[in-house]
Amino acid sequence: MDALTLHSPILAVAIPLLAAFATPLIGRLSSRARDVFVIAALASMLFVVILLARDVYEVGIRIYTLGALSPSQAIPENHMVPVRLVFEVDGLGALMAIITAVVALAGTIYSIVSIKPETGQNRFYALLLLLVVGIMGIQLTGDMFNLFVFLEILSISGAALAAFRTRFVDAVEGGFKYLMVSTVGALLFLLAIGIFYGQYNALNIAAIASAMQYTVLDQVALALILAAFLMKSGAVPSHWWVPDTYTPAPAGTSPIMYASSLACLAATFRMLFSLYGVQMSLATVGWIVIIAGVLSMFVGVTMALRQTDIKRLMVYHVISQEGYMLLGVGVGLAVLSNPEALAAYGREAIAGGLFHVINNAFFKGLLLLTAEALFFRLGTRDLNQMGGMGRTMKWTCAFFLIGALAISGVPPFNGFASKLMIYESTYLFNPVLTIIALIVSVMTLASFTKVFQSAFTGPALPQYKEVREVPMSMKLGMGLLAAATVFISLFPAFVVDTIIYPAADALLDRSGYISAVMGGG
Amino acid sequence: MSQLVLNAPFVAVAALTCVACYIIMTQKNLIKIVMGVVILQGAVNLFLVTLGYRIGGVAPIYTETSGTLMVLPVPQALTLTNIVIGVSTTALMLALIVLIYRHTGETDAEKSRRMKG
Amino acid sequence: MSKIVRTIAQAVMPFVFLFGIYLIIHGHLSPGGGFQGGAVVASGIALLFVSFGFKYVSTFLREDTLSAIESSGALLFIGLAFAGIATTFFANFLLGSPVFGSIPVTGPGVGDIWSGGTIPLMNIGVGMKVSAGLSAIIFSMMLIASKKRGGEQ
Repeated sequence: MDALTLHSPILAVAIPLLAAFATPLIGRLSSRARDVFVIAALASMLFVVILLARDVYEVGIRIYTLGALSPSQAIPENHMVPVRLVFEVDGLGALMAIITAVVALAGTIYSIVSIKPETGQNRFYALLLLLVVGIMGIQLTGDMFNLFVFLEILSISGAALAAFRTRFVDAVEGGFKYLMVSTVGALLFLLAIGIFYGQYNALNIAAIASAMQYTVLDQVALALILAAFLMKSGAVPSHWWVPDTYTPAPAGTSPIMYASSLACLAATFRMLFSLYGVQMSLATVGWIVIIAGVLSMFVGVTMALRQTDIKRLMVYHVISQEGYMLLGVGVGLAVLSNPEALAAYGREAIAGGLFHVINNAFFKGLLLLTAEALFFRLGTRDLNQMGGMGRTMKWTCAFFLIGALAISGVPPFNGFASKLMIYESTYLFNPVLTIIALIVSVMTLASFTKVFQSAFTGPALPQYKEVREVPMSMKLGMGLLAAATVFISLFPAFVVDTIIYPAADALLDRSGYISAVMGGG
Repeated sequence: MSQLVLNAPFVAVAALTCVACYIIMTQKNLIKIVMGVVILQGAVNLFLVTLGYRIGGVAPIYTETSGTLMVLPVPQALTLTNIVIGVSTTALMLALIVLIYRHTGETDAEKSRRMKG
Repeated sequence: MSKIVRTIAQAVMPFVFLFGIYLIIHGHLSPGGGFQGGAVVASGIALLFVSFGFKYVSTFLREDTLSAIESSGALLFIGLAFAGIATTFFANFLLGSPVFGSIPVTGPGVGDIWSGGTIPLMNIGVGMKVSAGLSAIIFSMMLIASKKRGGEQ
């Protein structure tokens, strides 16, 4: 068990990677064996991630040096800087790894039935696992260039998955847009890496951070990094690709694709806090993040209100909810140089933002899956053609209600808990932001009330008389996410104390992040 | 004079980046957009290789050389990786364009795009 | 294609493949390696397609064979990385062993191909993956070009 914990950072990436390449070979033998294999691989990844997270919360930052004589030897003898590839997992990495592992498992279980009508399923699972590799890698790596490579793995597999149902032209276009955005974003990020390497001769995030001189070039690099990651995570002003890509993506992948957006968001936070940190005057950057957040919240929810396509509506809420996370963390960023304000509300704001990340990954993923469940049975995503599904699809209806109440911030659900943290802390920072956030929350509730009424209530429509509940595996996939949502709703204080605050502290503790690799401190 | 020559690659990088961004933002034809992306890849590759260049340096493959100066190998490795990734993204983008063309008979973004976000 | 093209392709083909394989297995000593060699091999396949036509080549080159080679190449690579996990992931566990084990004094010795530990084996894995992968891309593009249905990207 100790050996497993020792190697857990790399295993969390290597297991899905191995599985991704083995899947096409196993799929040639039997499709049932392949399904079992994929699920087993993701389940063992979840197990490894839990081991890793427990270790990180108990012991502290864990590093893993690939190819070295021992995993903890980041800097070889007679060297000053890390030469090898180093994985570095802190509280934030552990949080995101847990999210990714749970969501990936749920999405894949859901996919087993929902992808059955399509051809080329071997490729589907291989791409799905590669997408998981990309998301995992972004969270766990401590190396800039490695991050770039994982980003590209994520974007190529994500684009291929979004365009997987090639018979729909929307899907192909969505995939193309996604690939466009990701490639340009990743190239901007590579330019920033080049700037760092030219100045500091290092690619390791901790090594660059410890050598950081805050020159003009570094500010240019910061602008490039922010542009790249905000573009990929789909915050306003580059939100235009999100609905086009996520709406036609195959059912089970939606929550995993969403987790990839969240991963890019977390990578933004990692860059801002761990790479730049307090010395840079971050109030301006903080305000940029806050403004991007507020715009995302507002634009997302207003666009959502006028949609009639159920999944597209939910995808617009994705943008709007990302706004909350940006708002929370942005407030923390803006007061980073002010210790009193940071202690009073900054830390809580960051924690609120991160809490919203984990909550959203679960209930938003759940909602996207229920939308796809309706599409699976009814063959339409148009809200005007639905009605009375609450009678026939009871489980789906129940899952939808859990997700909808949670996302609208209705107590006692977890969405309320994280939103409350954001409200309280932003109120101390700037009350106007809180008021906007409250208005957006009310609009979210209105939008989901509309969905509930038109899809689930009312008399059963005659053309859907024969419609039955979705098959078991889809129920299981949704049930896993619903259980996670309910669990967090029941024990919010426990979750915040054990998972969220370590992540927020990991972001604030820049010197700890550096010294874990560079030693000394 | 020598300063100018030394900085010429960086000027080229800036120029290529601007050209690529202009193409990506203004062109409507999907193939042309892909060309813009490829130019951007070229710009980034040139940037990385230039970073690692040392005047009079030898290629970093010889174990016994008379000269002491070597061109940095790491940026070259980065460039190579980026070329590999560039090949696969370009291939995927072109494949998607082929599919779009099959569905709509157009490679023009304005005409083939039905949904506007 | 015309007879001239076919004849020249026939004459050149062995050298293209040989050069690609040289680049792959010599990758740890000289410029080259898995990707470069694999790309050369795939360009040989492209030459094959262009000169002899899709119909003829697809009788003996099948897409699922290619994807099987691709997956096994990748598996070889990851498997070697996993095999080093007794020390660390990607650790070079073959150094000093009878297989590719000789340790040159400083850097790779000239011409000592029996060195480098796992690196030459990884090059072979990558070479398999890249040559098969790029060939599969060319295959799909030719499939689309020859206006048959059923090709997914």
